[in-house]
Order: sequence, then structure tokens, then C-alpha cells
Amino acid sequence: MAAIDKVRIIVVGDSGVGKSSLTHLICQHQPISNPSWTIGCSVDVKLHEYKEGTPYQKTYFIELWDIGGSHSHRNTRSVFYNPTHGIILVHDLTNRKSQQNLQKWLGEILNRDSGCKSRYSSFDDFDPEQFVGSTQIPILVIGTKLDLVEQVRCHSQQRSSTIAEECGADEIFLIRSLAAGSSSAVKLSRFFDKVIERRYHSRDRISPFSDKRRSAVASLSPKFYHAD
Amino acid sequence: MGFIEDTLVILITQVFFFAGGWVFFVKKLFRDYEVHHRLVQLIFSITFSLSCTMFELIIFEILRVLDSSSRYFHWNVGLYMMLFMVIVVIPFYIGYFILSNIRFVKQQVIRPLTVMIWLVYIYIFWKLGDPFPILSPKQGILSIEQGISRIGVIGVTVMALLSGFGAVNYPYTSMAYFMRPVTPADVQAIEKRLLQTMDMIVVKKKRIALVKKGALNNGSGDGQGRSGIWGMLRNVTTSVGKSSSENVWQLKQEVAGLEELSRQLFLEAHDTHNMQERLIWASTWQGKYFNFLGYFFSLYCMWKIFISTINIVFDRVGKKDPVTRGMEIAVHWIGINIDVTFWSQHISFFLVGCIVVTSIRGLLLTLTKFFYAISSSKSSNIIVLVLAQIMGMYFVSSVLLMRMNMPAEYRIIITQVLGELQFNFYHRWFDVIFLVSALSSIGFLYLARKQAPGEGV
Repeated sequence: MAAIDKVRIIVVGDSGVGKSSLTHLICQHQPISNPSWTIGCSVDVKLHEYKEGTPYQKTYFIELWDIGGSHSHRNTRSVFYNPTHGIILVHDLTNRKSQQNLQKWLGEILNRDSGCKSRYSSFDDFDPEQFVGSTQIPILVIGTKLDLVEQVRCHSQQRSSTIAEECGADEIFLIRSLAAGSSSAVKLSRFFDKVIERRYHSRDRISPFSDKRRSAVASLSPKFYHAD
Repeated sequence: MGFIEDTLVILITQVFFFAGGWVFFVKKLFRDYEVHHRLVQLIFSITFSLSCTMFELIIFEILRVLDSSSRYFHWNVGLYMMLFMVIVVIPFYIGYFILSNIRFVKQQVIRPLTVMIWLVYIYIFWKLGDPFPILSPKQGILSIEQGISRIGVIGVTVMALLSGFGAVNYPYTSMAYFMRPVTPADVQAIEKRLLQTMDMIVVKKKRIALVKKGALNNGSGDGQGRSGIWGMLRNVTTSVGKSSSENVWQLKQEVAGLEELSRQLFLEAHDTHNMQERLIWASTWQGKYFNFLGYFFSLYCMWKIFISTINIVFDRVGKKDPVTRGMEIAVHWIGINIDVTFWSQHISFFLVGCIVVTSIRGLLLTLTKFFYAISSSKSSNIIVLVLAQIMGMYFVSSVLLMRMNMPAEYRIIITQVLGELQFNFYHRWFDVIFLVSALSSIGFLYLARKQAPGEGV
């Protein structure tokens, strides 16, 4: 087996939003048959062609670490966060609270180094603009269960999640399949390319720093989005 | 004060309790879920408000606030409404939500099916009262006593189970004697093992992915070359394909085993972290205070188990409440000259107030913990309704049992309102279940400790 480089992406979100189903869908290309609650962490790998169709095409391994989201395991989860090259934030479109909790998830991941007493960091501790500038880990936001939303809400207005705007991240809304060539699949593979680029080719690339800065500064500060 | 003002006072306090229940629901219980059905929230808050009203009426009884006739009236109204909620409304909606969650039940069928299930439930609920000697047999069907007696049985069972477990668990968690010493090196060792297992899983999965990709490439190359020599080569590749598929199967078995191991290691690491946090907490002031209290509580727990056993064995039920007995001891044996009626009122108020506050707080905390442990986004509505049901039954039975803790002159209203129930039976039943629960918790905790890793092996 030739040595194939790898990147590591963690998949986080509240309990029950569909992270295990998502990783299974991405890696095995078919929906999971009987999902059960993830205890700890479950890993799946996918072979990804970086820069497909160009002469620079190269195969990479993408490891998706799907971390169980229950509250009580908070103190032990932090062992999985380090090192990571990309973050996928998953929320449930039928449950608005899971989207609001994504801020806390990001805070938890970033504060993993600050001791073992990491409680849920408050809103004010987390500054997305600083985050985008300093650590530069690519983020993708995925909203699941799109087909169940119309059942639950009479008027389904799709506000794009505030966290995606703040971090300059891409966003996908998913139903049950990830058909190749659909815009979701394209965004996903673009995200994977971005992660690989950030990890391995960061030197020979014009930094999109200025783009990110512009999009982050244009959004309002997080305090205004705290609608509750 | 006239009847109208009394009613107004009660209504205002009920609104306060309702708001309290609402806020608790939003902030604590449904912290992570979006409320899709306001009805669930409404039911929970109404049940909470009715329960608090009952306690409030007891306290008013002791303090002699408001007219006794209006108190009696509000008792009856409150009890009827509480019974209506607990027997009719909540079970109906529990059935409705359970049926809505099941996928293959069609939309039109849900309501009639719910009504049928509710009728079955009422029948079972009725039959529940038969084996227990709780009623004198001359009551009407729709009287309060029929409902309260059966609810009392269930509620007293829940109370005794929770008290038994709590009485044993509290010393166990707060006393430093029971805590296992855990060093940071232990934590790191387990975490390292966990990460190693995860790495092994990743390696195996990569091999599976590569084999699958190889099989795909071989498959795509099958279309070309059907002439002799290519055919022989094709046979070779397909046999390689077969062995690689067996290889994949074996790898998948190994991966499944490793994943199970990783889960066990994760849970072990979680336990170790918890123990470490407990040790840190035990060295704080709060921890030391709780540790100190823990000794008293373990003594209290042992005494309670002892007294329950005596009560059951010798078939005796205490007739005097602790307040009057305390008064008697103070006056006759110690010889303090006190005004019995004055002090008895204040002390009963204090005692009953303490019991009410701690039982409300204790129940809400337990319910919250329970809810976090077992709820998911699909079942959250059902679980909240079940918790509201338990809460209603619990508070009704605590009113029933509280009768024992009050001096005779304040027991009158409870006896009047709740009617001719065999109160002694409930106390006996409480003792039995308390004993069973405490002893089995002790056994359970002992076994759990024996099986804990790194314990004396």
C-alpha cells in the first residue's frame, strides 16, 4: 500500500442531529440502516481525489471522526479534538436549538487546551472573526432532515444560519441522499479540497485571507444574533 | 376576608406558579429542543401550578390564613382538577403522541385509536385498586376517594423508591470514604489506549477502502480482453477479487471488535474523568460540607431502615407526629415551660415548609436529570408528559403522607377533603417500598463498586 496522505475532519453537533448517518452516507455512499447513539467516537474513511480532472490530481484519505454529542460525555470528548484539519458542524433543521448550540460546540473545540474544566463557554467568549483570522481551520455547516421540516413548520423560511455567515463557512441542507453532481456534493468536495489545501499546500497558495476578512467583517457581531 | 378576595389571592399565586413551571420548562427541560407543541408546555405548567397550590393550601391551613370555608372549597376544586389532569388529560395525550411517533399509523386513525387506548388504560387503572385494601367499600364511582386512592398507591411507590435510592446514594456520592483515588497518570493512560484503538480502527478501515477501490478498478477493467490469454488473466483477477472480498469480510469483523473495545475504553475514560472531578469537588468547601453532612445522613438512613423494619415486623403505625412528640419530650422530660399551641403552630409550619420546598426541588432536579439521560428529539414530548404525570402523582401522595407529620388539629382538612382513605395502609406501603428500594440500592452500588476497574484486584 503506497503511502497515501491523510487529513482529519471532526464531525460535531448535538445529540440526535444525524452525524453518524451523515458520515455513513459520505463514506459508504448509501444511507445507514439502523443508526444508534454514538458512544465516544466512530471513524470512517473516504478516498478523495484532490483536484480531480487536473494534472495535479492526487488521492488523499479523509478521516471523518464522528464524535458522540451527549452532554454527559463532555469531559472525555476533548481527547478526540486534537489534531484536526477541518470541522463539520451538523445541526437539525427541525430543531432550532441545535443550530444555536453550534456556537457552543465551536467554543468547546477551540477551548480544548484550556484545562479540563471546560464548561460551555458563553457567547461572549467566542469571537468568530478572531477565530477565522487566527486558526484558519476550514468549517462546513450542514443542516439535516430537510424533508421533515415542512411537516413540522407551516411556513418554512430558510434563514441561512448565522454561524455560517460569521465564520465565512459554506452551508449545505441535506435530505437523505447525496447524489453525485448535486450542489451539495459539489460543496462537500470543495470543502475537502480546501481542507487538503490548507494542510498540505499552504505555502504555495495565494492566501484568501483578504476574502475571509471581508466576509467576516461584513457580518454583524454575534451579540445581535442572540435572538431568544 | 370574603370569598372573592380569597379566590383572588389563590388565583394570583396560581398564576405565579404557572409562570414558574413555564420558565422551568423552557430553561431547564427543553434546553436543547425546539417546542413544536405548545400544548405539552401548557400541560406541564398547569400540573405544576396545581401541585404547588395544594402545598400552599396546607401552609395556609397551618398559618390560618384565609377563611376555612374558602380553603375547603379551593381544596376540592384543586383536587378535582388535578385528578382530571392526571387521569384523563395526560394519559390521553401520551397515547396520542406515542401513536403519532409510530410511522405506519395513518393520520386519520390516530384519534379513534387514542380514545380506545385511553379506555383500556382506564380499565387497568380501575383494576389497580382491587388488590389493595385502600377503600371502605361504600363510596360512589366518581368520588374523589376512588381516584385519589389509586393515584396514591402509584405516587407513594414512586416517592418511596426515590427516597430509598436517594437516602443511600447521597452518602455514597458525598462521602470521601467512598471515592477512589485517581491520578492524572491514570487518566492519561486510558486516553492513550483509547487513541491507540482508534488508530488501529482507522488503519483497518483504510485497508478496506483500498481493497474496495481495487476491486472497483478490476471490475472496470473487465470489459476489455475476452480472448484466450486475457481470459486466463481475467480468471486470475476474479479469483483475486474473491479472496479480497473475504479479506474485506475479515477486516470488517476485526473492525467491529475494535469498535466495541473503543466504546468500552471511552466509557472507562469517562468514569475516570468523573471520579477525578468528584475528587476535585470534594476538596472544595462545598465538598467538605457535604462530606460532613454525609455522615449524618448515613446514620439517618440506617435509622430509617431500622424503623421501617420494626414497623413492618411489629405491625405498628406511629400515631403521633414528630412535632407533638417533640413537644412532649421537651415538656415532660426536659421540663421546659413552653406555650405548646403557639410553638406547635410555628414548628409545624417550619417543618411542613421544609418538606414542601425540598420535595419540590428534589423532584424537579431528579426529573431534569432523568430527562437529559433518556430523551431524544423524537421522544421529548412523550417523556415530558410522563414526567408531568409522575409529578402530579408524586405531589398528591406527598400531601397524603404529610398528614402524618402534622399535629392533629391540622390534619382535619386533609382528612375532610381526601375522605375516608385508609391512611395507615399508605404509610405501611411507603415503609415496605422504602425498605426494598434502600436495600436494593445498597446491593446495586456494592456490585457496581466491585466491578469498577482498578478496584482491589
